[in-house]
Amino acid sequence: MSGKAKVAFYWCASCGGCEEAVVDLAEKILDVTAAVDIVLWPVALDFKRRDIEAMADGSITVTFLNGAIRSSEQEEMVHLLRKKSQVMIAFGSCSQLGGIPGLANLWDRQTIFQAVYKDSPSTVNAEGTTPQTSFQEDGRTATLPVFADTVRTLDQVVDVDYYIPGCAPTSKMLMDAVEALLAGKLPPKGSVLAPDKALCDECQRRDSKPEKLAIAEFKRPHEILADPEKCLLAQGLLCLGPATRGGCGALCPAGNMPCTGCYGPTSRVRDYGAKALTSLASIVDASDDETIQKVLAGIPDPIGTLYRYSLPASLLKRKVMEAKSNVD
Amino acid sequence: MSETYEPKIVAFFCNWCTYLAADLAGTSRLKYAPNTRVIRVMCSGRIDPQFVLEAFAKGADGVLIGGCHPGDCHYQEGNYKALRRYYLLKRMLREMGIEDERFRLEWISAAEGERVKVVVNDMVQKLRALGPRRVPCEAKPQAMEVMAS
Repeated sequence: MSGKAKVAFYWCASCGGCEEAVVDLAEKILDVTAAVDIVLWPVALDFKRRDIEAMADGSITVTFLNGAIRSSEQEEMVHLLRKKSQVMIAFGSCSQLGGIPGLANLWDRQTIFQAVYKDSPSTVNAEGTTPQTSFQEDGRTATLPVFADTVRTLDQVVDVDYYIPGCAPTSKMLMDAVEALLAGKLPPKGSVLAPDKALCDECQRRDSKPEKLAIAEFKRPHEILADPEKCLLAQGLLCLGPATRGGCGALCPAGNMPCTGCYGPTSRVRDYGAKALTSLASIVDASDDETIQKVLAGIPDPIGTLYRYSLPASLLKRKVMEAKSNVD
Repeated sequence: MSETYEPKIVAFFCNWCTYLAADLAGTSRLKYAPNTRVIRVMCSGRIDPQFVLEAFAKGADGVLIGGCHPGDCHYQEGNYKALRRYYLLKRMLREMGIEDERFRLEWISAAEGERVKVVVNDMVQKLRALGPRRVPCEAKPQAMEVMAS
């Protein structure tokens, strides 16, 4: 191959939306491929693990890795890619904070297998079979990766140089990162490659945000016809803008939907959900126990709402697990 | 085991009421369980939910918040903010498998030294009955817990 910079894209526990951010570059992808060689991209190109293994350590300029880490196969691949890459970028919410798959940390392997392979009404599984890591038949052994109890963020598994937030990141963020890389203009290691300001700062509705917010009733998007100009929080919609990092261009509020927090916290915040909780609970317009609880009942799923993208990266990381055997 | 188990409680007391109450309990020579580590904050409204989560993440068995009675906050409404966060945080902790008894909010005025004693003793007793908190996941870090051999 030529002397061009080498780039790898890889996915772990993710939905494929982050791949879409790459595809969304549209014709700009030609500029990218003109400047770099893509050496791995399972969703689009036919490179194999052995191709990566054959490369010298540190010969990949940058790996954009999306998805959280759940299985032993994912763990092996990220260790391999870390070894072969000069720069490792956690690309997207799952990789940075655990993302939607991270909500599975409210369960563990046993309860997930029970729900998916046994209890779900659409499942026919008379023998109650669940995935095994090793299975023998006719003298041959088939193996599957280990399914861990806990979903982890990329930086809980390997050293990460930069983070690009978002579910999915906008393709502009990817393009900016590639350009910064090629120009050698990267910020200090560990930085999130996005502005360090709350989303409200770039929201089109910013001027309509009242000086003092007070919410007497939380409403869900399907319950009201939201005013397209006015601050969504002021309309009682559960918008996480005040707790969330900007950089997306306030796409959801522009589409008349509240922010769900996919860009995660700003650099001053350790635990996104705790801060989101603070910003929402503090503006509840009630001062007695009963009314406060009534208003807060308008948030039916606090973890799924406030930690939607960040449970594995939170201070508690997962639900307390029952002590039990680790083997199927 | 349960006789020797001593729960660790991180107590955040506000500067103007509950911390003074704890002081009063001390100068009054009241005896109460030595299981709390008191951290003085200016106001119960200053207690960031991150403080509570960090205490639990680092192995505290319980977290106690003490503030001024409603209407008595030195900063007008800090304690109301604490109360609102408390209810939502409590629901979150419950979903994360942390029992209700482990997280408690009490209004204790500067004159209620006796109340500090009663609340701390009661909480210690309840946490003893619950037993040690199951290990936070920090204790089983990076390596996959279920890695089959």
